[in-house]
Amino acid sequence: MAERILMKGNEAIAEAAIRAGCRHYFGYPITPQTEIAAYMAKKMPKIGGVFLQAESEIASINMVYGASAAGMRVMTSSSSPGISLKAEGLSYIAGSDVPALVVNVQRGGPGLGGIQPSQSDYFQATKGGGHGDYRMIVLAPASVQEMASLTIKGFDLADKYCMTAMILADGTIGQMMEPITFEDETPTVYDKPWALTGTECKRPHNIINSLYLKPDELEAKNFERYEKYKQVEENEPMWEEYMMEDAELCVVAFGIAARVAKNAVVTARNEGIKVGLIRPITLWPFPTAPIAAAADRVKAFVSVELNMGQMVEDIRLASQCKKPVTLCNRTGGMIPSPDELLASIRKAEKGVF
Amino acid sequence: MNTTQILIAGFGGQGILFSGKFLAYKGLMEELQVSWLPSYGPEMRGGTANCNVILSETPVGSPIITSPDVLIAMNAPSLQKYVDTVVSGGQIYVDSSLIDVKVERDDVSVFYIPSTQMAKDEGIGTLANMIIVGHLLENHPELSFDGTAEVVEKLVPAKKAALKELNMKALSMGKNYHS
Repeated sequence: MAERILMKGNEAIAEAAIRAGCRHYFGYPITPQTEIAAYMAKKMPKIGGVFLQAESEIASINMVYGASAAGMRVMTSSSSPGISLKAEGLSYIAGSDVPALVVNVQRGGPGLGGIQPSQSDYFQATKGGGHGDYRMIVLAPASVQEMASLTIKGFDLADKYCMTAMILADGTIGQMMEPITFEDETPTVYDKPWALTGTECKRPHNIINSLYLKPDELEAKNFERYEKYKQVEENEPMWEEYMMEDAELCVVAFGIAARVAKNAVVTARNEGIKVGLIRPITLWPFPTAPIAAAADRVKAFVSVELNMGQMVEDIRLASQCKKPVTLCNRTGGMIPSPDELLASIRKAEKGVF
Repeated sequence: MNTTQILIAGFGGQGILFSGKFLAYKGLMEELQVSWLPSYGPEMRGGTANCNVILSETPVGSPIITSPDVLIAMNAPSLQKYVDTVVSGGQIYVDSSLIDVKVERDDVSVFYIPSTQMAKDEGIGTLANMIIVGHLLENHPELSFDGTAEVVEKLVPAKKAALKELNMKALSMGKNYHS
């Protein structure tokens, strides 16, 4: 078995990206994700890769767009305000149907906000951020090991569907160290016949573009893209269920909030409250099936979030509003304690919403 | 031992994060589940620093410690801030050369170690943290003192090789201290 080593979450992302065959990193420093860039700066030159600190976030996302158009596995990383700057590029990448891996190690917002952990970019990641009809695959790691495994998964999904996969992490998971193992795996290589690799006068030009001035063409392109998104929704939802078998209450939480939630679920179980946890691992596509199934069995849902309750509406949609959804949240860089969540669980158990 | 939650707190520059890393690596070596969570941001730059280390036989849930089993307080504000959060039956390690107040709780074990003064006297001024860690290891047989050299080897970069021996010295000073 591979050796267990201690690593920061941010470093795990960088190491996993390299192991996934990523040889192009473009970024601009921002707390709390700078370790990703630092790791890439150290490693990339030694393995023939490119590390480039761009002049801005906007420049770096456009470098990602360009390298991806050339068929490379490429990534960028930032934190909340930096991702807002990248939003234009994210929309262009979506409109051009090229793959990319983008990491957001979230901090408190809006505006410059703070530098402590947050999940307040849930809407931005799952509903858009940039303009136009588009989606990104959004992966929410809850451990250092998942920072690595979901990075590798993210590159594969991005290549498979020719779209952006975003790792939506937070400052805590980025900064913490946990044991991690890397299995020796050869990265999956996807055929990219659309890539701009030079025709050698042997094939017609490939064109990567997001401009369609004829409305019927643009409409057709959007319909086609949404067929692809439908496939993603059918095939790719990921989630973890914890003590849900006989649960009468369902806590829903992702990322660091799910770690706190697990502690609270264990304590509540010891008090005799039948509560379980559904942890969405993909936030888009949202794991509708387990939530819908739980809605027939549980009394209520408790959403635990480091924001003002952005996931609540997705739980309501997935459960078709069959059961009440309550919220246990902190924001601005604060994290709910297991005790605060326990209080919410006790209230929900008593039917107080 | 099932789970031990250790909170280390003091000023930036006292090696708070390093001693946390040491304990996390020691736990890893003992094949425990571990998590290490630093405070990050402006408070590190000359202000307070703290570090959450969890060592457990079962997977670690939240890495955030609200009720530590063990508190290492390296300055007075940290002791004041966290003294009441320590669980009943827990342990508090106090750097008594920097903190002149006593802990007014009788449900916890308190170890007063003048580690900053001890380190200064031995000419290893920056290693007060490791003196306390040495004493903690002595009190936690499940972590044991064996293999500490290996952990130090892992954590101290090659270009600072001289520090390895000094770290070992600080650890054994703490181990042999009778508080």
